[in-house]
Amino acid sequence: MSDYVIPSGWEAVIGLEIHAQLATRSKIFSGASTAFGAEPNAQACAVDLGLPGVLPVLNEGAVRMASLFGLAIDAEISRVSSFDRKNYFYPDLPKGYQTTQLARPIVVGGQVTITTGEGKQAREHTINVTRAHLEEDAGKSLHEDFHGMTGIDLNRAGTPLIEIVSEPDMRSPEQAVAYARKIHAIVQYLGICDGNMQEGSFRVDANVSVRPEGETAFGTRAEIKNVNSFRFLQRAIEFEIERQVDLLETGGEVVQCTRLYDPDRDETRLMRTKEDADDYRYFPCPDLLPVVLDEATIESWRAELPELPDAKAGRYQSEYGLSAYDAGVLTASRATAEYFEAVIARDGADPKLAANWVMGEVAALLNRLELEINECPVPADKLADLLERIGDGTLSNKLGREVFEALAEEGGSVDAIIEARGLKQISDTGAIEAMVDEVIAANPGQVEAYRGGKDKLFGFFVGQVMKAAKGKANPQAVNDVLKRRLDGPDDPGVV
Amino acid sequence: MSLTNDQLQDVANLARISVEDGWTDGLRRDLNAILDQARLLDDPRLDAIEPMAHPLDQTQRLRADTVSETDQRVTMMAAAPAQEGGLFLVPKVIE
Repeated sequence: MSDYVIPSGWEAVIGLEIHAQLATRSKIFSGASTAFGAEPNAQACAVDLGLPGVLPVLNEGAVRMASLFGLAIDAEISRVSSFDRKNYFYPDLPKGYQTTQLARPIVVGGQVTITTGEGKQAREHTINVTRAHLEEDAGKSLHEDFHGMTGIDLNRAGTPLIEIVSEPDMRSPEQAVAYARKIHAIVQYLGICDGNMQEGSFRVDANVSVRPEGETAFGTRAEIKNVNSFRFLQRAIEFEIERQVDLLETGGEVVQCTRLYDPDRDETRLMRTKEDADDYRYFPCPDLLPVVLDEATIESWRAELPELPDAKAGRYQSEYGLSAYDAGVLTASRATAEYFEAVIARDGADPKLAANWVMGEVAALLNRLELEINECPVPADKLADLLERIGDGTLSNKLGREVFEALAEEGGSVDAIIEARGLKQISDTGAIEAMVDEVIAANPGQVEAYRGGKDKLFGFFVGQVMKAAKGKANPQAVNDVLKRRLDGPDDPGVV
Repeated sequence: MSLTNDQLQDVANLARISVEDGWTDGLRRDLNAILDQARLLDDPRLDAIEPMAHPLDQTQRLRADTVSETDQRVTMMAAAPAQEGGLFLVPKVIE
């Protein structure tokens, strides 16, 4: 997390507009497929192409998914919503307008809770959502060299989106990122969006303004587009706050504008100012009737809601005794929570041990390999096998890490790796006693010094036994036997 | 209120219509007549009536979320003035 600090004396005001592509099979107004990665224009039918005489028919799946989102953030689901046309000319928008919801969006209000900082610095904030409306995505313009022309792929045209508009409730880049991450988690938990930011399934625009601390009126804002990762969102907002504060502190003024974030240069660049902003001439779409939802339908959707991140994090704390921070990390994405839950589904699993491994070794491995958790080379059932062997004393944590590395690199079964590498921890008391006795016999000077009060020498003995055991002795058993032999009343004193 | 020449030009520009000098007066007269008609809705007696989103007093039927369209690229592109590699080609646009 960035340790960015907003310039002293200033306050940032941030609102986000998030476009989430809905995971329907077909498009919002046509029966064409929405699958990603098809041949260009292979999934664009007459409706998507805006051919004369065709009419849109609304996809129930899109209405259901948008409503699920509304229910998840405790918003009002409009019993009557309607569609409008947003008119502009661009070649990847074949109809000359985007069908969207302006006057009567399907989701009104709602809020999410975010947490920033950790430990004693942890703070909760409520971020209000203004609205979320249904609309269609545009196609893609490819500006590579087609003999000086632009290539148009309309496969994406008509893919359902919800645009989630927040209130300007965020006051730092960190809060904005936490909010975007929370929305990202919610849509994935709901299974209504795959959340893939690289493929453009989840896109964030940020409205940023600054004002002197204590001021209640909003400053002039800039809208930043083209932010396709949480890291870039953080950087883009940081850059924009600095740019605006610099302007205002040097006697300039902020001009309302749209800016593009350029990750290569780590700066935002002017795209257009308000003067040449588009006038979209919205009007009600005559091709679509009002969408009316009855209570029974909405309640049936409510019954579909899965356990959402906040509820899950609460349960991890109460049921498994995890800290708020750990519970937050494990529930931050649906995939991580699913992995964790698959690990602890094993009989006798220790949730705290599993949590430490998922957030420690697993996270480090994924970080190193730049993989997502659903691509983890050590699947959840293998980690469960491994933790079972730690639980039953076959492996120490240290040997467990060695097995984990082997699983990551070569795969195979936990027991086979333990066997092949001879990693079995020595827990047999007789064997450990023999090693302890040898160490005591070989170091009479240290034994005398220890018994004379040099307690710190205990570590020396542990080290010697471990060395003799090539690191494989059960540390707890070594401690117990050593204590008994060195301090015990039944000290045999045999040397 | 009646439409000014500048407003007419703005609207024409948004609609990507080139208005020749000789057309201006006729277009302004026609558009003003349309605006006058729409102005009837400013009648205060209509304030209490909720605007309709659609002239038909019916609600939207929904379609099941199934894929019913197959690849029709060859047919759809038959009328395209320019194409390459399955893409429609259009005059260069960069925002």
